[in-house]
Amino acid sequence: MRAFRHYVLLTGGISLNAIELKELTKYYGKVRGIERLSFSVKEGEIFGFIGPNGAGKTTTIRTLLGLVFPTGGMATIFGLDCIRHGKEIRKNIGYLPSEVFYYDQMKVIDLLKYSASFYKRDCTKRIHELAEIMELSLHRRIEDLSYGNKKKVGIVQGLLHDPKLLLLDEPTSGLDPLMQKRFFDLIAAENKKGVTVFFSSHILSEVQHLCDRVAVMKNGSIIRLESVETLRQENYKKVVLKAVDLSAEDLGLSGVTDFKVDNGAARFFYRGNAQELVGAIAKQQISDVVIEDPSLEEIFLHYYEQAQP
Amino acid sequence: MNIFAFEFRKYVGSLAVWIGSIVGLLMMFMAFYPVLAKDAAILDLFLEHYPEELLKAFGMGGELSLASVAGFFAFSFAFTQLVIAAQSAYYGFHFVSVEERERTADFLYAKPISRASILAAKYAAAGLALFLTNIGVWAGSFLAISWFRGDATYELWPVISLLLTVPVFQLFFFSFGFLVTAVSKKTTGVIGPAVGVSFVLYMLNALRRIIGGELLGLLSPYYHFDPNVILQAGQWEPFHAGISIGAIVVANVLAVRFYLKRDMSTAI
Repeated sequence: MRAFRHYVLLTGGISLNAIELKELTKYYGKVRGIERLSFSVKEGEIFGFIGPNGAGKTTTIRTLLGLVFPTGGMATIFGLDCIRHGKEIRKNIGYLPSEVFYYDQMKVIDLLKYSASFYKRDCTKRIHELAEIMELSLHRRIEDLSYGNKKKVGIVQGLLHDPKLLLLDEPTSGLDPLMQKRFFDLIAAENKKGVTVFFSSHILSEVQHLCDRVAVMKNGSIIRLESVETLRQENYKKVVLKAVDLSAEDLGLSGVTDFKVDNGAARFFYRGNAQELVGAIAKQQISDVVIEDPSLEEIFLHYYEQAQP
Repeated sequence: MNIFAFEFRKYVGSLAVWIGSIVGLLMMFMAFYPVLAKDAAILDLFLEHYPEELLKAFGMGGELSLASVAGFFAFSFAFTQLVIAAQSAYYGFHFVSVEERERTADFLYAKPISRASILAAKYAAAGLALFLTNIGVWAGSFLAISWFRGDATYELWPVISLLLTVPVFQLFFFSFGFLVTAVSKKTTGVIGPAVGVSFVLYMLNALRRIIGGELLGLLSPYYHFDPNVILQAGQWEPFHAGISIGAIVVANVLAVRFYLKRDMSTAI
């Protein structure tokens, strides 16, 4: 706690980075977990961490928590080294793992009280508030809960001590749509109170809905770090042309990617001058045309296929 | 609720079974003593029909006569050691690995408490469970002797000397389990390795008895704390006890070092 107070005194209330990674690397023997990750998350930000299974999202979060030790580089949370000051840092972290496992023989309320006992404060009121929001029965045994209900236990135990930083690893898996919405409302409310949120997911709509910035991961490295808004506003257009035997070369345009033909329609992404696009289309024999903004999902997949880290 | 209380509570159920088994075993063995002691000649005749190697392997045919309280208690205690070893090794393999095996490490180790403090609390809880077992062994031993010795006499101090070996014997197997789990990437089973190590080291000493020499025995705490030898001599053999104590210290130092730097495994 002393180290955290020292950090607060040093910063004097100035907004700094909640998380900072410098060349953070983790290898499991010869198997790469993450490689030379460098980025920062500002205090009060909701930061999305996107990538498929095995991209290194969980490894990054578990390294920040000191559950695994980095092979190289370093990471700080609230200005403190996450290995040397792990105990101090974790006082202010709420963590929801992607796979939730608790002591099966315990009742939910006993587990939550046990969890609260590590924070040296009375969390009883907050436990009941959160349980009510998430419709969690407190007197059932953990072993009797469905996966979704175990996830709710995870959410309550991650939030009950009013943390300043939330590390959420694929938090919505197992939750039904209603509970997902409540969870997002809860996270948004926490963020309004100043809580920083680090949110890993492979579901882009979640990130689009909630996050300020997003890092796209592939094979243990970041291939893109951008604000959600910028990603969406990139000058990409998704084009569908109904035409017979049309090829990318026929268009004679630079900036065409992902050109595919199926069911008598050519589909591609175009990044460039709109006037040139319309001019090139006008020269073709087409029966229909659709030009629209791609979804974030499509931008992501496009990036993912192109990136070669 | 602190970690120590939480952890110790998890031992209570199994502890009652272990202590009950050990006391029951001692009682069961010593219950045969009055019958066998009544006619030492019949007992000797009975043993003559078995090959010498087999008797040696089971710790019989030593200096102490099976017709004496000390001799029969030494024979009984050798089997009790096997159960004590299995329990201690089980706790050693189990006490920290359980968080990873049951995937609860991400809950506990993400809390604001140092890994060393968690380890200390878990170690203390397991240590208390072993200490209570130790009390059970003492109580069971004296109850069994006093109930079944009849008019036969025995010397108290050699029995106390033997019972004083129990904590060291327990720690040997406990530390072995701890070291193996601390250096292993993943501990998948606990009962198998625990029973395995307690039997393998027992058999190592049995083999030593058959083929003679000391080399194999040096590796086995069953030899370091041979009930026959201690009950006859009335004291530990310092060199052998030193090997066990040294092994315990080395195993614990290494295990702690490895454990504090260990990557906690999880479902990925």
